[in-house]
Amino acid sequence: MSNSGLTLYVPQDSAAVAVGANEVAQALQKAVLAAGKTANVLRNSSRGLFWLEPLLEVDTPQGRLGFGPVAAEDLDGLLAAGLLDLQDQPEALKKTMAHPLCLGWVEKMPYLAKQERLTFARMGVTQPLSLSDYEAHGGWAGLRQALTLTPEAIVQQVTDAGLRGRGGAAFPAGIKWKTVLGAASAQKYIVCNADEGDSGTYSDRMTLEGDPYLLIEGMAIAGLAVGATQGYVYIRSEYPDAVRVFEQAIGLARAAGFLGPNLLHSGRTFELQVRMAAGAYVCGEETALLESLEGKRGIVRAKPPLPAIEGLWGQPTVINNVITLASVPVILAKGAEFYKNFGMGRSRGTLPFQLAGNIKQGGLVEKAFGLSLRELVFDFGGGTASGRPVKAIQVGGPLGAYIPESQWDTPLDYEAYAAFGGVVGHGGVVVHDDRANLAELARYAMAFCALESCGKCTPCRIGSTRGEEILVRLQRTENKQAQTQDIKLLRDLCDTMLNGSLCAMGGMTPYPVLSALNHYPEDFGLKA
Amino acid sequence: MTSDSTLSLTSPRSLASVVQSILDELGQQPGALLPILHAVQNQLGHVPRDAVPLIAQGLNLSSAEVHGVVSYYHHFHTEPVARVVVQICRAESCQAQGSEALWAHACEAHAQAVAQGDLLLEPVYCLGLCASSPAMAVNQSVHARLTPARLDQIVNQRLGQAKTSDAPQVAEVTK
Repeated sequence: MSNSGLTLYVPQDSAAVAVGANEVAQALQKAVLAAGKTANVLRNSSRGLFWLEPLLEVDTPQGRLGFGPVAAEDLDGLLAAGLLDLQDQPEALKKTMAHPLCLGWVEKMPYLAKQERLTFARMGVTQPLSLSDYEAHGGWAGLRQALTLTPEAIVQQVTDAGLRGRGGAAFPAGIKWKTVLGAASAQKYIVCNADEGDSGTYSDRMTLEGDPYLLIEGMAIAGLAVGATQGYVYIRSEYPDAVRVFEQAIGLARAAGFLGPNLLHSGRTFELQVRMAAGAYVCGEETALLESLEGKRGIVRAKPPLPAIEGLWGQPTVINNVITLASVPVILAKGAEFYKNFGMGRSRGTLPFQLAGNIKQGGLVEKAFGLSLRELVFDFGGGTASGRPVKAIQVGGPLGAYIPESQWDTPLDYEAYAAFGGVVGHGGVVVHDDRANLAELARYAMAFCALESCGKCTPCRIGSTRGEEILVRLQRTENKQAQTQDIKLLRDLCDTMLNGSLCAMGGMTPYPVLSALNHYPEDFGLKA
Repeated sequence: MTSDSTLSLTSPRSLASVVQSILDELGQQPGALLPILHAVQNQLGHVPRDAVPLIAQGLNLSSAEVHGVVSYYHHFHTEPVARVVVQICRAESCQAQGSEALWAHACEAHAQAVAQGDLLLEPVYCLGLCASSPAMAVNQSVHARLTPARLDQIVNQRLGQAKTSDAPQVAEVTK
């Protein structure tokens, strides 16, 4: 960062770029030159307030002032309102703040101020690849702490914090790590599952693009904890920007000694490599992912053996989601007790929820477990983008249930959701308004399973195709008897898939299907 | 995909030499097959069928194993693809914001470019832009909060660029 002149920020997150952030940054740079001013236009990560992207921020002595959503065409007006004068003319502030795009002090915006950002603390604040930004905002404190601890003590911290897998299965991370620590082997691995294929989720992508050193730090700590010297990050091919940024981050971190053969002069080794996936949703399942990393078709493995015992190339392997690993540095830096104090029941800490679909204020909301869907979708999200009533909310990705209004006040907690057949999963929240047809969404769930099934187990491979056929028939038939038969057949089929599938692909596809059928029978031509 | 090609060749090279140089660079690492297939597709725009036995030989695998992997993953194309590849997200979040109508519009409005082989329209299941649905990627550059008019504008602009561009975006190979 330069010490002189004004500093302006335009996010480089791909969700900001997708709505014109690059054009805004370029136009801003030109405008600064044309105005004969000294100002730095920096590219930060995104705050995750996506309905306001591109969100332009200006550093002032009183904090960062935000404007959004800004288009390149808005810059003339913003400059006329004194945007570039905020450094040397304090009186310009009043005029600038009166501009219709001004959002006020960014960190005081209720959407952000009401959050509990532990994992996403730096998001929107720092430049993703700046090592000095990362360090100035608490970076590497967890790794430094871990280097003073025994492997057992690191694992204990993660266990005591109550951290559970954020990818969907919510398995306690500490137990997984302990198993790998206890497994004797010359080579162990840390694998990060960044195959974020669930519609409605983007927290992994934001982390990879916006705070990559956080994940590197979490993986290095995991390596120290279990005695693994090699890590792999398996990133979806649909995220080319994330791959590019993360590869650069690895190079920079390694050159600075945060990765490599002598971590922070400790004599310990941790190497990291990115592997690009190739567009198979089922590779988000951990054993299919390992197969894919080994260069094979991403076919699910039967368990046991668990990956913790026999994982990548048959060696003990920690495989965790991006957010699980990215939650580790704060636990080491601030202690298990600090982290555990957020949350409820057996769901400890925070989850970065992701508001998506037909929502007015879509974005990332990191909160402690225990808030309700109603708070998320209405207090944060502001209801639907269309202004129409919310009909159904799918939580937890394509394999999560459609949740009717009767459950919108249930606290978001793994056990409370499981109790009614819901799934918190990776924290994706997709809102549908009253025009949604749940029978069609149920058909889509089966069709998606048929498209993405790895084909290894029969309930998933055959069941999904038969399920789609039934759901197509149901939408067409007027014959009540045929309809009753088909509903029975569909329920039987879902029962087989739920109980007989090898992994969550076939095993959970019935969740959206059955929840749609049970809570929205009228969409299936049945009486409510 | 095609627009990101790092290899720009003035004269055609043999497929064998392209594959061999990729094998030399990437073949030694564990689990090398996916990185190699990505590299081949990045350079050539697709993974030609004739590349399969070459890769198999280089990695000491059977052609069936390599073919199995190429055909398993949606990302790999075995035939040359159009210079403009438009991936429209059709997953739940984008569906909630009208992606099915957008898809239907794209198919109808750009049918001619598709028929002429200038444009490939593909569904994609999530680009991670779900707070700004509906979304699409055009040769890997992302666009969100789409309307049919905005989609047409972006696609037509890309098609225009692809037509006027003289230099091939992918390496040409001879057998």
